[in-house]
Amino acid sequence: MPKGKSFVEEIELQGHIIDSLLLPKVLDEILTRGGTYVIKDIKLGKRQVDPSYARIEVKADAQQQLDEILRAVHEHGAAPTAQKDCEYELADMEGAFPERFYSTTNYRTQVRLKHDWIDVDDQEMDCGIVLDLKNNSARCLAMVHVKKGDPIVVGHQGVRVMPAETTARQSLFEFMSSAVSSEKPKGVTVREIAATMKRAEAAGEKILAVLGPAVVHTGSVEHICALIQLGYLDVLFAGNALATHDIEQALFGTSLGVWLDRGLPAEEGHEHHLRAINTIRRLGGIQAAVDKGKLKSGIMFECIQHRIPFVLAGSIRDDGPLPEVITDTLAAQDVMREKIRGVGFCLMIATMLHSIAVGNLLPAAVKVACVDINPATVTKLADRGSHQTVGVVTDAEPFLRALVAELKA
Amino acid sequence: MRTPRILMCPPDFYGIEYEINPWMSRARGAAPDRARQQWRNLYDALVALGVQVELMTPRPGLPDLVFTANAGLIFGNRFFSSRFAHPERQRETPYFDEWFVGHGFSVEHLPEGVYFEGAGDALFCGPTLFAGYRIRSHAAGHLHLGNVLERMVLPMELVDERFYHLDTCFCPLAPGEAIYFPDAFDAYGRTVLQQHIPKLIPVVETEAERFACNAVVVGKTVIVNAGSDQLAEDLRRAGYACQFVELDEFIKAGGSAKCLTLRLDGEDAADWGDM
Repeated sequence: MPKGKSFVEEIELQGHIIDSLLLPKVLDEILTRGGTYVIKDIKLGKRQVDPSYARIEVKADAQQQLDEILRAVHEHGAAPTAQKDCEYELADMEGAFPERFYSTTNYRTQVRLKHDWIDVDDQEMDCGIVLDLKNNSARCLAMVHVKKGDPIVVGHQGVRVMPAETTARQSLFEFMSSAVSSEKPKGVTVREIAATMKRAEAAGEKILAVLGPAVVHTGSVEHICALIQLGYLDVLFAGNALATHDIEQALFGTSLGVWLDRGLPAEEGHEHHLRAINTIRRLGGIQAAVDKGKLKSGIMFECIQHRIPFVLAGSIRDDGPLPEVITDTLAAQDVMREKIRGVGFCLMIATMLHSIAVGNLLPAAVKVACVDINPATVTKLADRGSHQTVGVVTDAEPFLRALVAELKA
Repeated sequence: MRTPRILMCPPDFYGIEYEINPWMSRARGAAPDRARQQWRNLYDALVALGVQVELMTPRPGLPDLVFTANAGLIFGNRFFSSRFAHPERQRETPYFDEWFVGHGFSVEHLPEGVYFEGAGDALFCGPTLFAGYRIRSHAAGHLHLGNVLERMVLPMELVDERFYHLDTCFCPLAPGEAIYFPDAFDAYGRTVLQQHIPKLIPVVETEAERFACNAVVVGKTVIVNAGSDQLAEDLRRAGYACQFVELDEFIKAGGSAKCLTLRLDGEDAADWGDM
């Protein structure tokens, strides 16, 4: 649930609202009573005698405050817009929405049900909205989970989307969203990311890390372990490769057969990752390997030691895979959906596949830092709708080293 | 030069029978004979200025029917009937409507639930309708009128209960020229007036309290309650003659010269343009 202005009503004002100063007066009234506003639509009269029109979204921290604002602005001629409940149709088959289904964004969304605006739970882009008519609630639902008879929201009536707050753009995540460049000062960016992580931690929000195997190849395992030890990593999403190479390093000292301390290929090193997988499979899994004292270091070891939940989602080119890897992608999505609840910050490093997958699941209120040596990964994330992302184009290791130093500072 | 036409209602049943504004006090009451004489003096003054005064039949139980300015707003031959905020005055509406229908006006009403007190709260200055809201009329009603009239309507909030109608604190003299009591408006309202009326004559509080702004303008003559010497001097310098009529019996009910009259052919300050 996003913090801050949560009670919303839409009002409209029509007439000579510019010359009479009624529009600025209404806006001032909203602000002086502690509310905020977004002008959703404004039409200015072309001649002086032509009336103007403004549709304004009013937000407040509490229902009572909102009611007071509405009462106050009503005096100045502003009235709530005529509103209707959302429309819905019962799903006529399993696993697919009715034709006119409302397709969700990752922004906080509300539907109007029985005259009340209610928040849509489990906000996620590219889903539909299923209603619970008994309990007057609504939530995002993936297409595959549609059951016959589910009341699914159709059309746009009675649905409203609240983009991220546009006021008080002071921190990096507000003004630099999706600004991706290899030519931005990294020090400032890293400092801001560290500060955001500290704020998330202090607010009791979870920090999610989505990691690709380059984290291991670049020698960053110790930094991730430090994040876990410092308490700045609460959930880990990755694939078979990250876990495999992390374990390979723990067992053999190499990643993809390259000695991490020397940077030289080991003899028969290309077999190491497969042997690592095989060892873990023989032991019955990562958890079992730690329990039996066979896996004694690395990211996966620290996760198990610190009871950090992780989701390893499989893909088609995986070797093995490790027993904990979920190979059914739909099942993996569902586990990831469950684990992202309560996440307030997400760090994505060196993985296009998992970054985009997680980006699709996260509500827009969750801030994301995407670190990749390839600018395309970050732009792709933003282009697919994850606008809350700050991109950092850099190698994983120097970034993580600097981040850990900032978090320790 | 057209003959000015004004609607008045003799004060046969005038009195302080209820209290709906800070001026009214049943304990103090009005002196009927004195009130009748003062009303007659106003009538005579208007007739002497060449005004054709139309008279409504007074009705028992409707003491405020004398305040014809609140009947509604006139725009050409259209009469926008008031929706009074107080039930005591809502009873006047059928009689006003009847008179206007009988005199060739098309009578129109604002939407239900929207209070609007006619020329008491809506005055043309040039092509623009200046409107007062919050105490008696709703801003929404004025905004609605803007759409219907296809004229610019500028609602201004009235912030002093003593000046509960716009015509108690603002009086257009001619297009671009008006008198007003600044403290009856908030900063927005004052700004609106200053931006749209080049020549504004402020009225001092002591005179505003004696309803100096509640004036009737006929050509270059301004009829006001007696005792507004400062305003009289300011008006003289602006090229107007100020004519005093003692109206203190009506001030007991919160009204003066303007409230007792309703201009039927459009105020001298109004410029309706092409209708």
